[in-house]
Amino acid sequence: MSTSPGPIAPGRPVLPDGLVVIVKEECETCRMVAPLLARFECTVYTQDDPTFPHSVSPVYDEDLSVSWHHDIETVPTVIKVMNGIEIDRTVGWSRAEWQRITGIEHLGDDLPVMRPGCGSKSVDPDLVDSLRARFDGHALKARRIELADLDDEMESMFDRGFTDGLPVVPPTEERVLRMLTGTTRAPDEVVTIVPPDLVEVTVEKIAINAVMAGCKPEYLPWVIAALEAICTDEFNIHGVLATTMPVGPVIVCNGPGTKAIGMNAAGNALGQGNRANLTIGRAVQLVVRNVGGGRPGEVDRATHGNPGKISFCFAELEDGSPFTPLATSLGAPAGANAVTVFAGEGPRCIVDQLARDPESLANSFASCLRTLHNPKLVLGFDVVLVVGPEHARVFAEAGWDRERLLDELHARLQLAGADIVRGAHGIAEGVPTHLRDATLPKFRQGGILIVHAGGGAGLFSAMIGGWANGDIGSKPVTRLVGN
Amino acid sequence: MSKLLLDPTSERRVSERTRLTRPASLHDQVIGLLDISKPRGDVFLDRLEQRLVEAGATVKRYKKPTFTKPAPVDLRQEIATHCTLVIEALAD
Repeated sequence: MSTSPGPIAPGRPVLPDGLVVIVKEECETCRMVAPLLARFECTVYTQDDPTFPHSVSPVYDEDLSVSWHHDIETVPTVIKVMNGIEIDRTVGWSRAEWQRITGIEHLGDDLPVMRPGCGSKSVDPDLVDSLRARFDGHALKARRIELADLDDEMESMFDRGFTDGLPVVPPTEERVLRMLTGTTRAPDEVVTIVPPDLVEVTVEKIAINAVMAGCKPEYLPWVIAALEAICTDEFNIHGVLATTMPVGPVIVCNGPGTKAIGMNAAGNALGQGNRANLTIGRAVQLVVRNVGGGRPGEVDRATHGNPGKISFCFAELEDGSPFTPLATSLGAPAGANAVTVFAGEGPRCIVDQLARDPESLANSFASCLRTLHNPKLVLGFDVVLVVGPEHARVFAEAGWDRERLLDELHARLQLAGADIVRGAHGIAEGVPTHLRDATLPKFRQGGILIVHAGGGAGLFSAMIGGWANGDIGSKPVTRLVGN
Repeated sequence: MSKLLLDPTSERRVSERTRLTRPASLHDQVIGLLDISKPRGDVFLDRLEQRLVEAGATVKRYKKPTFTKPAPVDLRQEIATHCTLVIEALAD
């Protein structure tokens, strides 16, 4: 692997004392004010035409270094500098402002009172990524991997073992810096420690993997929150990774931010087709793989795995739900943006197209839930019950909320020991025989997590089985999403 | 012009670890047997202990609180302090 140090930061140019004006010829407002620039002492920087304006001798800001480092967003911009430090600035054309900052009465009296400027070339959407890389690239500390001209970027990523088996977006400086605009956190801030190698992961490393996963910058805070959640002792991603069971982090997102970033909580919420759902979950798993070192066949010892281990992330459909949102039920403030992580397998469909009363539907749910992992095993595993909107409507019309449905399900999931002891019904698996006369609950209290999601048509729900629960395994963890 | 990518990994250099020299004899070795708390791991370790003691070794037994998590630091340090060799019983 060829590596090289990061780029050397070009210095921030110091502005000359006095008045400084930044213009570009393409801007109509700049052309309008150009004749005025000869009327007072100033240094003019031009962004496009090196000879513009002809009335003065402009300095050509060819690489846009001056514009970038002095945060020029609009041209014309007039800056007053004293001892190398900016003390005043005005943007666009405002006759009063220009007269005030230059101290010249009647300056531009023949011009309109006000005319907005144009976008600075340094914030041109077509240029901003490369400029950010050129001027801020030094902030990135990750080792650079240099590919030869003839190397195929995608194949190179596969060859180096960086992918989950699907192609990844090559993490260039431009893309990673753009990703970092999605958070206010510093690139070198350590977010958490990632098992199994127990490596400190920085915001920058997360951003690199988020680029590879295909995230937009606005998804980054969700990826960070999910990583904070899985890298807790409670969630125990080390065990989730190492287990032979087919589980991975299932990420349920709550709050208005899920809509803002375009997550899918409706039709096919658990499936393909939504960029935010898919790439947030994928980014989390890529960090575990690439930073934590958790790879299948190594620490990941899954017997079968499941497709959700590439990505399993969706939003709860909070609109029209009869249930308190999952994150709120687990302690997050109402209306907060939050992620809840659950060590889960793939979803399984619960079909009931005939029930029109809540008791009948609860009976159906309980019958299906009883089979989780094995009908004769109890208490060891939690479940996420994803109630589809058409099923939820049955409960809503009867006035059942989350607590009522949970109570009804738990009441229906009290199992007779004689049915589930080892050997009963010709099945060796089961609970120890001394529990023959006991009544045992299928799930521990808190072991059923209800989420409302899915499309508007279809009398279906889904169940997502968990892994070893509680202190010996994994507990669901909720984390607020920051900025 | 070459293309630069940013390394997504922990950047820990993979260096080949050299194995310790094999002990000439098990006699006088203090061997830790670590049970990871998986069912029937103890059956295997019981037999191993019997064979090792017959070979003249001293055996100390240890157990992780749960197989799902790495051994706690205290346990790792205790084993490292008291044993010259360690055998971990994996399962599945």
